[in-house]
Amino acid sequence: MKLQEIFGATQAVNMREDAREAFENAPFSRRDLMKTMGALVVGFSSVASIKKLGAEAPLPSPVYDLLQVDSWIAIAQDESITAYSGKCDMGQGFRTVQYQLVAEELFVPIDRVNLIFCDTALCPDQGTTSGSQSHLTEFGATGLRQALATARETLLAMAAKQFNTTTDQLVIKAGVISMKSTPANSVSYGKLIGGKKFSLATNAKATPVDPKNYTVLGTSVPRYDIPQKTTGEYIYVQNVRLPGMLHGKVVRPPFIDAQVVSVNNASVAKLGGNVKVVVKKNFVGVVADTEWQALIAANTLDVTWSATKALPSQDTYYQTIRKQPSRDSYTVNTGDVDANIKSAKTVLKATYLHPFQMHGSVGSSCAVADVWVNNGVTFAKIWSPTQGVYPQRDSVAQVLGTAKENVRVTYVEGSGCYGLNGADTVSYDAALMSQGVGRPVRVQYTRADEMTGGEHFGAAFVIDLTAGLDAQGRIQAWDYEAWSPTRGNRPTATAPGNVITGYLAGFPLPGIVPAAATQPTTFGNNSNVAMNYGTGCVGTSCGSTGNVRSERYLSHSVDSPFFTGPLRSPARLQNTFANESFMDELAAAAKIDPVDYRLRHLVDPRLVDVVNAAAKAANWQARPSPKPGIVKTGIATGRGFACVLYEGSNGYSAMVAEVTVDQATGVITVTKLTMSEDSGPVSNPDGLRNQMEGGALQGMSRALVEEVNWTDTALGNTDWRRYPVRQFGQPMPQLVTVLTNRLDVPQLGAGECTITLSASAIGNAVFDATGARLRQIPFTPVNVKAALAARP
Amino acid sequence: MAVVNFKVNGKAYSMDVDPDMPVLYALTNDIKLNGPKFGCGLSQCGSCTVLLDGQPIRSCQTAMSDVAGHEITTIEGLGTSDKPHPIQVAFMVEQAAQCGYCISGPMLYGKTFVDANPKATQAEIEQSLNGLLCRCYTHTRMIKALVRYQQGVK
Repeated sequence: MKLQEIFGATQAVNMREDAREAFENAPFSRRDLMKTMGALVVGFSSVASIKKLGAEAPLPSPVYDLLQVDSWIAIAQDESITAYSGKCDMGQGFRTVQYQLVAEELFVPIDRVNLIFCDTALCPDQGTTSGSQSHLTEFGATGLRQALATARETLLAMAAKQFNTTTDQLVIKAGVISMKSTPANSVSYGKLIGGKKFSLATNAKATPVDPKNYTVLGTSVPRYDIPQKTTGEYIYVQNVRLPGMLHGKVVRPPFIDAQVVSVNNASVAKLGGNVKVVVKKNFVGVVADTEWQALIAANTLDVTWSATKALPSQDTYYQTIRKQPSRDSYTVNTGDVDANIKSAKTVLKATYLHPFQMHGSVGSSCAVADVWVNNGVTFAKIWSPTQGVYPQRDSVAQVLGTAKENVRVTYVEGSGCYGLNGADTVSYDAALMSQGVGRPVRVQYTRADEMTGGEHFGAAFVIDLTAGLDAQGRIQAWDYEAWSPTRGNRPTATAPGNVITGYLAGFPLPGIVPAAATQPTTFGNNSNVAMNYGTGCVGTSCGSTGNVRSERYLSHSVDSPFFTGPLRSPARLQNTFANESFMDELAAAAKIDPVDYRLRHLVDPRLVDVVNAAAKAANWQARPSPKPGIVKTGIATGRGFACVLYEGSNGYSAMVAEVTVDQATGVITVTKLTMSEDSGPVSNPDGLRNQMEGGALQGMSRALVEEVNWTDTALGNTDWRRYPVRQFGQPMPQLVTVLTNRLDVPQLGAGECTITLSASAIGNAVFDATGARLRQIPFTPVNVKAALAARP
Repeated sequence: MAVVNFKVNGKAYSMDVDPDMPVLYALTNDIKLNGPKFGCGLSQCGSCTVLLDGQPIRSCQTAMSDVAGHEITTIEGLGTSDKPHPIQVAFMVEQAAQCGYCISGPMLYGKTFVDANPKATQAEIEQSLNGLLCRCYTHTRMIKALVRYQQGVK
């Protein structure tokens, strides 16, 4: 069996053959890696190969100290460099950026670099790859960059000692350190340390390369994975094939809270494929020799489920969640909002509605698990497309009834996930079925499995906004109150019930504990609850980007009938849709150009810069919205604006949307999206543009068409016809990206900025074109026509 | 069960299978190809696209009995990363992927259309991909890749 059949190119891209073999044979820790091959790490005894695993107890997974250089880097005698990271690539391009980072900081050619990421047996625990945190983390104080800088400075010091000189007399070129005065005096990294450990703590004072001097970072190094993705050589988790592997399918309850009353194993006894049924409390799965046989068995198995209470009515759902018991919190409460609104010259109120939406990965989720027992102890290996191998290891250990050290989770890329699709819960499914049948099991969801019993929906929101303006139209006070339902989340060691399979298997679901809001103690805007234009004052400190001093933000979390999770730009998209649309309403009420109106309320120079950059690139003509001389029939055109400081601290972005609206049909066509971005030093310009473009269009799809629907008895979105998204063949806008490569500031995230802006920018453009305000997503023809009809 | 004889990427196969089984399962699980992928199983996304006698089809909804005596080509059959087909080069040059899971659909539908219509407009090329899904929304890059490929075909 070749490595590619097991781990795939995901990890093996650019890896030497001996390194690949060592990786393949590593069961549970780097201590098991090959001594003689030496490419990956300093040698320890080589133990079991994967083929023997079923018969042997592997060494427990180690813990890699984030503050030890050896946790991150190994340099072999042959000069190859292997870096270990806890941040994965799931299509966003961070694999390539990490290669660039290693080459840049160590002054080595990029083709000398190996990278292994997101394997609990090999890599440092960096939690999840999510929330646009990868750049902040890996370029931060406890990340990969600091370890690399420490390693480089240490190697320089070692060479200085060897040549009896000082480090300032040395120069590094392609991993070789030489005396400036006598270049013949030189030594390579491999000679200095090859095959040995650094045994050194990361030095917080080590100096990373100044971004102004970047030669590898800051360039559009082509993505490492794309060639193999175009040729079918790339191995996704769907392509992991183990010897003796069986195929499993899940049988989900009609309602998530339904209980198994009985399972009629006889109903599948006569089917081909040695069908086995695995039941654990309310989890039901079938395993068969082939995928097709498993699919037939899943569709045949006769399960009797208990009846449960009906789902809340979708028609009145936005009213229902206002009345549910809630856990409340303030983001800011300056205490003077009511008075300032009362004294305002003009008061505006609006309610914004956002539905549940799906991650809707194009590939239904898949995972492979091998669970075995040795001397009464359960061990497991899981190949998973999860965003968090470590949290999954810790929680799946609970599900399997073993210690986390006995579980190895290896990330293998799946279909783009954008948050918490079915990746985690399908890994539980595979683990439970493998445990049940004692063989490796691959579980590939069907489309309906993914959409109704796999993925966690992005949360619905109801947001009430009120603002008071003074006589000049300036914002005097801003009042926000929102309700949002949640259930479950990413799995954790203490909450395996956070995901669907854990819950079905009997683990408790941490619910909403109602609680009144208390005064905040610090300003945090991680969910972009606070709009851009406030001061964000909590106590004596102010942390936001604007100049409106009187603010109140009250959030209510309520229980959800569906499992929810961090769908790309979680809460931030919904809040920004409301905040940036309402800002546009205020500008219109003040009869001021929407860009000018924003600038009057902004103080953060970086946000001001991206606003100006987007407006300039779009050739924005300053005037109030709606555009003068609107005709209420026919095709109308307009432009809209939105901007955000993502998560309140993690990436500045602005967008101009240009649209046409067919006022007879209510159909919106987005013709152009112009976006600007400032996320600090740009690591890979083309990679950043790819993220901005894809985010903007995914945001457009979510704004225009996407909504989870249900009846009193079932979820209605079982396939792409019932959950339509924007597809090829439908009009796609021209995309313009403007990058601000700011070199004197830290790296920030960028993957979720533009998706956060599409809905409000498009809605504001529709207002500009027609005078109709869109306050409910999705902007379907029905909702657009209702808004058009409501015009004065 | 029935014996089905067919060719994949130039190689002959004879398989004793349920004739109703979708050919995608034979390609991925038995022949161990990775290019065509299970997306929806419903002919709604295109991730499973292969060429059947040179024409794109959805292998998730094509039964084994329908491919008997025919020839299938997957994206593996076009080229390798060492020796890629011009359509694959075009996707590489335009960096036309994020997760890349959907890539068989746009690549094979687009290539077939451009080969047959070398003078097609960009709008016509876009329409040739009608109904395919790319959830990362690399649409504009994939269209650029097809236009780039067309320049070479002309």
